Parts: sequence; C-alpha cells; structure tokens
Amino acid sequence: MAVYEQQELRKPPISQVGIVRWLRVNLFSSRVNIGLTLAALYMLYIIIPPMLDWMIFSANFNFGEFSFLGFEFGEVMATNTNCGRTAACWPFIYEKLDMFVYGFYPRDLVWRVNTVFAMTAMLFVIVRLVRNYKYSAKVLLTTFVVFPIVSFYLIGGGVFGLEEVKTHQWGGLTLTLVIASVGILVSFPIGILLALGRQSNLRVINFFSTIYIEFIRAVPLITILFMASFVLPLFFTGGMDFDKLLRALIAITLFQAAYFAEVVRGGLQAIPTGQYEAADAIGLNYVQKNALIILPQALKISIPNLVGSSISLFKDTTLVLIIGLMDMLAMVNMTANDINWLGRETEGFVFVTMTMWIFLYSMSRYSKKLEVRFSTDHKN
Amino acid sequence: MTTENNKSNIIEISGLNKWYGEFQALKNINLNIKEGEIIVVCGPSGSGKSTLIRCVNFLEKFQEGEIIVNGIQLTDDAQKIRSIRSEVSMVFQHFNLFPHLSIIDNLTLAPIWVHNEGKEEAREKALKLLDRVGIKDQAEKYPNQLSGGQQQRVAIARALCTLPKIMLFDEPTSALDPEMISEVLDVMVELAKEGITMICVTHEMGFARKVAQRIIFMDEGQIVEENDPETFFHHPESDRLKQFLDQILTH
Repeated sequence: MAVYEQQELRKPPISQVGIVRWLRVNLFSSRVNIGLTLAALYMLYIIIPPMLDWMIFSANFNFGEFSFLGFEFGEVMATNTNCGRTAACWPFIYEKLDMFVYGFYPRDLVWRVNTVFAMTAMLFVIVRLVRNYKYSAKVLLTTFVVFPIVSFYLIGGGVFGLEEVKTHQWGGLTLTLVIASVGILVSFPIGILLALGRQSNLRVINFFSTIYIEFIRAVPLITILFMASFVLPLFFTGGMDFDKLLRALIAITLFQAAYFAEVVRGGLQAIPTGQYEAADAIGLNYVQKNALIILPQALKISIPNLVGSSISLFKDTTLVLIIGLMDMLAMVNMTANDINWLGRETEGFVFVTMTMWIFLYSMSRYSKKLEVRFSTDHKN
Repeated sequence: MTTENNKSNIIEISGLNKWYGEFQALKNINLNIKEGEIIVVCGPSGSGKSTLIRCVNFLEKFQEGEIIVNGIQLTDDAQKIRSIRSEVSMVFQHFNLFPHLSIIDNLTLAPIWVHNEGKEEAREKALKLLDRVGIKDQAEKYPNQLSGGQQQRVAIARALCTLPKIMLFDEPTSALDPEMISEVLDVMVELAKEGITMICVTHEMGFARKVAQRIIFMDEGQIVEENDPETFFHHPESDRLKQFLDQILTH
C-alpha cells in the first residue's frame, strides 16, 4: 500500500494547441485530405476572382449624380448601352429597385408597405424589450394578433379612408414576404394540431390526420398550387371566384401544415413517457398537459427543423410565379423585358439571390439564438 | 391496532386482474388500505408491484376487478379519474420533474391549474414545502441543475403540493446514487409520521422495517404474503418470501 501526492497541473505540449495543429488536423491529416484541400483551393481560385471581378471590380456603379455636403459626386447614370456586357450593370437594379420591392403596387401608396416593413422591424425590438416584463405573454399575444390585422389593412386598404389596392397589384419582395409569413404563421398552429391528431388515441382523428399528412407530403407544392389556382375554380362556378392570392395562400398553408406536423411529431416522440405520466398523475387534463408540459418541450426540440422547413417554404414561394403572381423572382424577367434594359436577367437573378440569402441566413441565425434562449438544460 | 381498525378503508381493491396483451401482470389482487396506513410493497422485479400502484391512480388500465379510491370507483370516465388524481399523488422512480419549468413552477403547476389556487398562495405553500424537504434555496433553479437526491425531494414536494390524501411511491430511491438515498428516505420517514396514507414500492428494507405498518410481498403478479414488519422479517411463512429475504438480506 502507498499514498500518492497530488500532481500539479501542466500545460499541454505545443503540438496540441495553436493554428499549426488546427491546419494539420483539419486540412493536412492524410494524403486524401491533402489532395482534397488542394483541389478545393484550386476551385476557389478559379471561381472567386472572376466572380468578384464581375460583381465589383469591373462592374458599373454609375447611379447618377448626387450631392453630399455641397460636393458633387458621380456622373450621368449609366444606360443599358454604355454599361458594358462583360460585367454587372448595377444601375439597372438601382433604377428597378421599386419594381423588385413593390411590384405594381401604386407608387404613391408605397408608404403603407414601408410602414409594415418598419412595424416588422419594431416587432423584433418589442419581443426583446418585453422579455423580462411581468405581462410579457399578454403583450406578445396582443401584438401577434394585432400586427397581422393592421398589416393586412395597411397593405390592402379599403378601410379608414385608405384607398384599396387589389391583390393583383401586390408584387415583388412585398408579395414574397406576405406569402412566406402567412404561409408559415398560419400553418404552424394547424401543423401542431395535426401532429397531436396523429398521436391521438382517438382512432378517427388519428386516421384523418395521418391520411391528410401522407397525402399532402406525397404531392409536390407546384401541383397543389395548380389545383388551387386552376382546378378549384371549376368547382365553384357561380360567383364563388375568390381572389387568386388567397387561393395560393390557402394552398401553401395546407401544404406547409403537413410538413410542420411531421416536424412537431418528431419533437413529440422525443418526450419521455415519464413526462406524460407525471402530467397525468398531477391531474392535468389533455389540453393542459399538452399546452403546459408536452408542447413547450417538444417545440423547443423542434426549433432547428421548424426553421429548416420554414426556409424551404420561403424558397418555394417563388413557385407562385407559375400561377401568375408577380413575386420577387418574377420581377427579374419583368424588368429585363423593359425595352431600355433588355438582357439584364443575370443582374436581376444575382440581386434576388442575394436578397433571398440575407433573409434566409437571418432566419437561420435567429433560430440558433432561439435554441440557446429556450434551452432548458441549464447545465452549469 | 384497535384504533386503526376503526378507521375506514380509503382504498379497496378487489378481484383485480390485468393483462399486457397475452401476459397476465396482476392475478386476482384483493387489498384494503385504511386511512393513514403505511404500506410497503416489495418483491422481485417483474412481480407486478409497480403495475399495482399505477392502477390506483389509473396510469395503467385494468381489465377485471374493482378499485375504489376515497369512495370513488375507478372507471374510464375522465372526470372521475381526474378527481381521484387530485387526491392521489405519485412519486416516480425517475422523478419525472418538468425540465422546462423552474423548481417553484414545477410545484405550483397543479395547485394553479388543477385546484384553481391563486399564484401567490400557491407559491407561498410551495416554498413552505420546499423548506420542509430542505431545498428552499434552490426554488428558482431548474431540475437539471440539482442532484438526483434533490430532484427526488422536489418531486416529493410537488406531490405534496396538492394536499393529497394518498401518496404513491414507485421505487423512489432506485435511480439514486447510494449516498443520496438516505436524504430521500429521511423525508419519507418524516412524512410517515404525519398520518398521510402511503403506499411505497421499494427495496429499502431498513425503511420498511422502520415505518411500514404492513408489508406486502408480491411475486409473479400476485400477493404471496402480507404481514406486519416484525413477523414479515423474522417469521416469514412462504418459501418464496424466505428465499427472497435470503437474497436481499445477506449483503
């Protein structure tokens, strides 16, 4: 038998830390890895410089003359002819920006759309501000009920002396955002109900939820959009011809609900039976059990997949152009058909791509934040 | 014993049979429990002890027989089940605390939502109970921040929060590290002195000897022997119980 002295802590050897180790482990660990690293570097070398050249270094940024603090800048705005064909012609985007953002929305009324954009930004501020406020749940609930209604009447008009703007005039980024947000927000609660329905012990509810989900998931969105747009009106012959945008929204909502349902079901299945039993044992009823115990945990687990599914939907909204709705992507061809800017599709597509990326990447980042915020591991 | 005999039965189980598919988990169980009685149920694993007490608050359905709890007969009726559950609390082997709620919210959930108590009132009561199980200072923490023993004490406090007449313990110490078992048993011993009806499924024979008024030995889905602790440990009658005691008491 022996007694040992306590050992002192030592720093790790130099080969275990620093950038050299990182490079060695991640990029040059084996022959195959070295080969892949070099191939990737070569690919970047071929792609990046010409892309930057097209987008920035050789591109035309002549947005016209403007003065700042009494100094005159720029020259006469570039036109399609003197812009050149070898690199990007950004003045095209600059001139058509209104089309990309508002579509055919009456130009003198765009302040109403801008107000909605501003309110949306405010929403994030409000959510942050009331986080620790005693009545935060009530404030948020009210906001989330009032906000869509106010937004709808601001954009659509027709009340309080606001001039009506028909939905076929809505377009561009505005329309994309309307479709995506309505699709996501309305289908979310429906998706939750479907998920619970599919888990239900009541055979009838279980059966219909399953049939619905499996049917919708087996059909492409484009088919459902076509059905809603061209086939449904055949059934409603007399005076039931409702709005084209509304039909698309219903189609997208029903479609997305099935996907959300499956995501939520995944979350529900991850909840241990002990949680159901404990909730039962303390006497909660079905609604309380799900609303207070099961769903808060299941939805938290599902955040990454819910956001992933929302991102998919956001991208899928571009499909509405095939049923004649003029969303942001549809604006590319629309604007490049302008006699003054013929053949500028590339700039349009690149611009739409970057705009989409900004929105989708923000969503993805926001979901990361939500995950951290709702994390209940609370492990020290 | 004479005073106990005068008390009425709070749980009456008669002719209880339960099957999981083809497998018969409970065989013709007859058991009456008086108000304030402390019962320990033991037996080898798979003997149906957990199933039995889970039938009492209807976490498990049974196919034959009758259970009357606090004067209400258990049926499929959701309303009746809930009214029984508000009188019967349960402590689980794996605690089953709600990880997304703080300790205090775990405790006040049932009082607020099931018993319609005010928030402040429920909170005050919960803090008193946490004080009693010795973890008042952890009230704002979350379950995962506590040790197993602390979590189980929270679970006991949560079960007490609704002022139940009956407490069911389903192997409350089996998932705990050895050094945490005694802190939970201490709380249960304290509880036993207060006249609440308790049914404990446990392997802690020391605890059984100390507080149980009656020990029930189950094997293969039926009650093999029931007796007071003294007779149970020192003069077991059935061979099966003798063998069981041999196995658990030699170490």
